[in-house]
Amino acid sequence: MKTEMAGIEIRDLHLSFGETRVLTGINLSIKPGEFFAFLGPSGSGKSTLLRAIAGFGPQPRGEILIGGRDIATLPPWKRDVGMVFQSYALWPHMSVRDNVAFGLEERKVPRAEIRTRVDEALALVGLSHLADRMPNQLSGGQQQRIALARTVVIEPKVLLLDEPLSNLDASLRVQMRRELLALQRKLGLTTIFVTHDQEEANTTSDRMAVLDGGVIQQIGTPQELYDRPVNLFVARFLGTANILEGRVEVEAGAARFRTATGDVLSLPVEGRAGPTSIVLRPQNIRIEEQAGAGTLPGEVLHREFLGSQVRYLVRAAGTEIVVDQSHRAGEIWLDPGARVHLAANTRDAVLIAQEG
Amino acid sequence: MTQGPQPSGRPMSLADRLPAFLFPRLSPIALVGLFIALILVGFLIYPVLQVIAVAFQNPVTGALTLENFGDFFNSSLFRQSFFNSFYVSALSVIVATVIALPLAYITTRFNFSGSILIQSLGFIPLIMPPFVGAVAMQLIFGRNGTINLLLRDHFGITIPFMEGLNGVILVQSIHYFPFILINLSASLRNIDRSMEEAAQNLGAHGLRLFRRIVFPLATPGYVAGAALVFIKVFDDLGTPLLLNVNNMLAPQAYLRITSVGLNDPMGYVISVILVAFSILSLWASFLVMRGKDYATVQKGGGGLAKRDLALREKILAYGVVLFILLIVLSPHIGLLLLSFGTIWSFAPLPDGYTLANYVRMWEGSQQYVMNTLLYAGIAATLDVIIGTAIAYIVLRTGIAGRKWLDYMATAALAVPGVVLGIGYLRTFQNVDVPLVGKPLASWWVIIAIALMIRRLPYALRACMAALQQVSLALEEAAESLGAGKFRTIRRIVVPLMAGGILAGFVTSFATAAVELSATIMLVSNDRDSPLAYGIYLFMQTPSGRGAGAALGVLAVVIVALGTVLSQIIIERDKKLRTAGRA
Repeated sequence: MKTEMAGIEIRDLHLSFGETRVLTGINLSIKPGEFFAFLGPSGSGKSTLLRAIAGFGPQPRGEILIGGRDIATLPPWKRDVGMVFQSYALWPHMSVRDNVAFGLEERKVPRAEIRTRVDEALALVGLSHLADRMPNQLSGGQQQRIALARTVVIEPKVLLLDEPLSNLDASLRVQMRRELLALQRKLGLTTIFVTHDQEEANTTSDRMAVLDGGVIQQIGTPQELYDRPVNLFVARFLGTANILEGRVEVEAGAARFRTATGDVLSLPVEGRAGPTSIVLRPQNIRIEEQAGAGTLPGEVLHREFLGSQVRYLVRAAGTEIVVDQSHRAGEIWLDPGARVHLAANTRDAVLIAQEG
Repeated sequence: MTQGPQPSGRPMSLADRLPAFLFPRLSPIALVGLFIALILVGFLIYPVLQVIAVAFQNPVTGALTLENFGDFFNSSLFRQSFFNSFYVSALSVIVATVIALPLAYITTRFNFSGSILIQSLGFIPLIMPPFVGAVAMQLIFGRNGTINLLLRDHFGITIPFMEGLNGVILVQSIHYFPFILINLSASLRNIDRSMEEAAQNLGAHGLRLFRRIVFPLATPGYVAGAALVFIKVFDDLGTPLLLNVNNMLAPQAYLRITSVGLNDPMGYVISVILVAFSILSLWASFLVMRGKDYATVQKGGGGLAKRDLALREKILAYGVVLFILLIVLSPHIGLLLLSFGTIWSFAPLPDGYTLANYVRMWEGSQQYVMNTLLYAGIAATLDVIIGTAIAYIVLRTGIAGRKWLDYMATAALAVPGVVLGIGYLRTFQNVDVPLVGKPLASWWVIIAIALMIRRLPYALRACMAALQQVSLALEEAAESLGAGKFRTIRRIVVPLMAGGILAGFVTSFATAAVELSATIMLVSNDRDSPLAYGIYLFMQTPSGRGAGAALGVLAVVIVALGTVLSQIIIERDKKLRTAGRA
């Protein structure tokens, strides 16, 4: 199966359901062959954006270019955009083979060619032996693969996946996302993957866009978004984040972070003075028994054993802070009520200036 | 069913004192089930088996034989009747489809303001017995009816809408198309949007999309509706009788029994054929639908996307809808005109208008109305009681053989009214009712029982659906707080089912009030006649038509009022419940 790689370019896209604005000022550039994720909570507009690319839902304002051609006003059946639905949407009155053949029949492909291409697509997802089954005789994972085969067999310019793993159970989900990625790499198909699960987005995508409230918050590789979130929403949405409110003070070339409760953390020089939030990941904080320079006094509230790590919830600096300690065999754990001191590795912390 | 330990303080029942082998220990609910089973066997299964047995017996010697069937197929009249019944049923399905399909499609696929019109007016045909409309249809579509008079005057042509079998087909399809409309619309609404979007995404649209995806997914509903129409038309007695089309199966059975006598085997042979065809078409529709639960609506995802109509399309849609509604409502319009008309003959409209028909109807038919309220009231009340009991036993207990209650009650669907009537006459002609001094077959109560059996399947479905909406946890909560099975049913289950039970009651009542097939066989004197038979009697003479039409209007009004009332109660019930939840 061959596909010409096509990039996706979205320019100043706005969309509303009646009076309700659902998407605002979407600008996005996806490279040919890229595996791109739309990540966001429910109601963030990520599925709406995906459906707008496929041509479903209300007509948006703005441009959607695929391979350089604006398709924003074309009906869905003229877009050549393959979409895999969350519910798979396999037609229950057609056999697996008929489902997969559908798109080719609509394209008036000769009968003999349909047969070979359907066989190829089924082989690609490893389900050749199920060709004559009906969809309701398949497991969830099999249905998922058939839905994928049905979409890629038409050799679409881009592949859209709407929460494709959400209807599978946890263990199958991990397996399927690897298979998805392997398939995407094999076909070189520009792919957009919609999910609310940051782990799914992190493990599969080359780059992703985090959406909230119909606005793109940040675009970047998973690592960029985790390490350098541009705002508190992204920081909280990707992984666990401890956020302390306070001010950055710069004195004689040395920067300090003073929390709302008056505790002080020293900072690497780059800080800019003013009201700021500091984002500390749980693994960037150490628990010390003795107070030291720039440590925060606290009290252990709660402890969870996660296997490789022990996660403590510590009350300090007027808030509750999550701290992960890697676990070693035979280690003695702290009990709730223990007095401790927290030392933050501020070099890995992110400073987010407060607006207004 | 798990039974807790018996409280020790309870007095010994009769069953406890008898030897266990004589009287197996049955829970009270099982006893209720057994009682219902006896009713169903006595008033449905046995009479029908009796009819079937007679069909296979030599009328003189009583020996088992097929010669009755030989006689049937050797008679050209019966062969003709057989063919006609089949032909009329098949064509009625086709015409009903032509009426229902555009209505279902327009309401489910488009944002169309006329949808409410279709939803409310589309059901009106069902509340009027088809034979009542038949006379009015003669006056509008008949050889000398409104339409043909106008056609003749302006174009010099006439169209034989109502000639012979055509008339039966037209009347039946206009009356029964809502069965297809309801089922098809429900099926269309249950298709998940993504089914359609996936097809569009892969390149299909327009008519191809409808033909390859939407319609196939709606077939289960369509087939269910179509099978129902086929059976109803095949079994119907009143309409052909009133249109004076006698060479069909049901009228032949009726005429043989009433004119030749209860011992003539031909009526029984026809009954067997009617039952066989009913079962056959139910079975065929079951085969078509097997393994095709296409209700694909996902949680959160709506049905098919509705599209806005352009102005031109909107005009076209309104045109189609109004045209269909005009045809569909023509029996009602005709009936109304007839009831207020003085003389209506060889004229597009009545010569003048008067209230005299209503006066005459009221003087002559109070007894009919009272009888109808009594019979339909008894039938519908028993239907919902039995329906609720069966629903509970089938869905909530593990009593052995519980499914058979459902099967037996539902089997009534396959038994035409004529057949049930003949079965009752045969079975109960020698069963004397104590104190009344008449055989059960000619006592008025038998009419109410026949109506009860005939309407039970519909009431049962309504009760089943209502019970399925009641979460088991609500019952378990009541039981864990100390309510016994019967108190839980009375205080929790039945109140929560109220809406569904009421809906079942109203449908049973309304349809029983206008039923003719079984009652026409069982009415032994005019004083016991229900409304439907009264209308039939009036309509027999040209001079009685006006009064008959007035009685027909009254019947429609009673049924319509009942429907409106039940809607109000259901709405209030719903509001009450949501208020309790908030």
